Amino acid sequence: MKQEKATVVEHHNFQGDYRILRLAAPAVGPLVKPGQFLELRVPRLDDRILRRPFSIYKADAEGASILYKTVGRGTEAMVSLQVGDEVDIIGPLGNGFPELTKGKVPVLVAGGYGNAALYLKAKESPVKGIAFFGGRTAQDILCIEEFQVLGWDVRPATDDGSLGTKGLVTASFDPWMAEQENVQSLELFVCGPNPMLKAMGDRAIEHGFTAWLSMDKNMACGVGACLTCVIKRKTTDGWEWARCCKDGPVFESREILWEE
Amino acid sequence: MSVALEIKIGSMEMKNPVTVASGTFGYGPEYADLVDLNRLGAITVKGIGPEEHVGNATPRTFETRGGMLNAIGLPGPGAKGFIEKYVPFLAPYDVPVIVNIWGKGMEDYGKVVEMLDAEDTVSAYEINLSCPNVKEGGSAFGTDTDSFSRVIELVRGKTQKPIIPKLAPNVSDIGAFAKAAEDGGADAISIMNSYPAMAINIETLEPELANRTGGLSGPAIKPIAIKLVWDVAKATKLPIIGMGGIYEPEDAIEFMVAGASAVAVGTANFTDPSTAIRVIDGIESYLVEKGHSSVANIVGTVKA
Repeated sequence: MKQEKATVVEHHNFQGDYRILRLAAPAVGPLVKPGQFLELRVPRLDDRILRRPFSIYKADAEGASILYKTVGRGTEAMVSLQVGDEVDIIGPLGNGFPELTKGKVPVLVAGGYGNAALYLKAKESPVKGIAFFGGRTAQDILCIEEFQVLGWDVRPATDDGSLGTKGLVTASFDPWMAEQENVQSLELFVCGPNPMLKAMGDRAIEHGFTAWLSMDKNMACGVGACLTCVIKRKTTDGWEWARCCKDGPVFESREILWEE
Repeated sequence: MSVALEIKIGSMEMKNPVTVASGTFGYGPEYADLVDLNRLGAITVKGIGPEEHVGNATPRTFETRGGMLNAIGLPGPGAKGFIEKYVPFLAPYDVPVIVNIWGKGMEDYGKVVEMLDAEDTVSAYEINLSCPNVKEGGSAFGTDTDSFSRVIELVRGKTQKPIIPKLAPNVSDIGAFAKAAEDGGADAISIMNSYPAMAINIETLEPELANRTGGLSGPAIKPIAIKLVWDVAKATKLPIIGMGGIYEPEDAIEFMVAGASAVAVGTANFTDPSTAIRVIDGIESYLVEKGHSSVANIVGTVKA
């Protein structure tokens, strides 16, 4: 974990409301593992004091990039970032995804731009497989070619049927799962909205496979100090709070006690 | 020329007057990768009760203009857990550790001190009498001078180490609490805890925090804290650790001019973990620029 004054080297519209921000960050970049995130201090957000967390999309020795969507005050202020601007970042944060278990069949599952958090996993994975991406419309399914180039078989699903299977990501995943002779050999790496995470987690428990879920919870410090982003993690005799930022953000489906 | 930044709070020697506010810095390891802990005047750890405590439901924090609300509810490992889990980490550092202590009942304050006092790593106790987010304790003792005094006297009877009550901001006469702290044998006073506050979502009509209300911290509360430090400085000779919205060296200097001998950086740690170090360096530069030989020279120099 490092704090670094990164420099914007690329920033543009990617697709629809989605934007890509690439940062020159030679201290943070080389440390990144798949599924980790960074905390960015958004410039020109004067009266708002907290950093904003972002999944790391790509990273190398020179820096890291994130894929974001304008969803609120922080991301709206980020739109005005120009190439050459300085951005204070802390990262990489969190534990990220574990390595693929030997002998397991990797499956990527993402909702919307959650697949940004899976790109490095897709790249690192020694075995390639199937990637199920869900989104509202075709505009919300990103980076298909990038995953295909790495050797993944991408199966999109959209709510309106404008791309791939019509319906939620489960509409394409479930029939495929039903065809698998050895469901227990699946190892899922999942990132997306909470209902999707829970849906995949429930299937993992019911059918006896592994699902690593990257949990999304409002966050403040990002380093484990403020205890904002806690979720309930099962223990032998009940549950305990676990910090998404420090103990996660990735948890195995069986660890999570879902709150209604 | 060199400037003396060292200060003393009772028997605790700090190499500079800057610590971190309880609850904003974990127990030390959380920020060890980002902050040179040995440079801090002291580390003040998150509140420790006698037993492990689970804390509040989520959402626990909410960002507001110029600050944030929090209602974390003092989750923590308890005194035994702190000794097992964090003392071994903190021990090798050359920095005093102030343990913030809290209790649901009065006896708890004595109990937690009894459990911690043999630890050399524990340099001082900050007594949390002002947590706005825990029903049973905290502010119940901090807003009534009689029970406030009884907690101070109880803790005083259990330890030779410096004790530093942390005052609630929402009292009508904070000077009376400062006086009670002094009479009870306290070594210093921390001012202030976060200010009781609330935010409501106008779509769902629900409070933004699961606890409904919380404590406001950050730049928004700084002028409140400055006034309280000034009030308390007039009421007692005890050293004051001032906190509330310190983001820049200038903020810290303002607290010292108002009457604080030391300061704590709180919410700013979340914004920029390098704040405390920047504040230390900035205070030193200011003293050099103004021709002071010691940081003590500026304490309470406000012309008011």
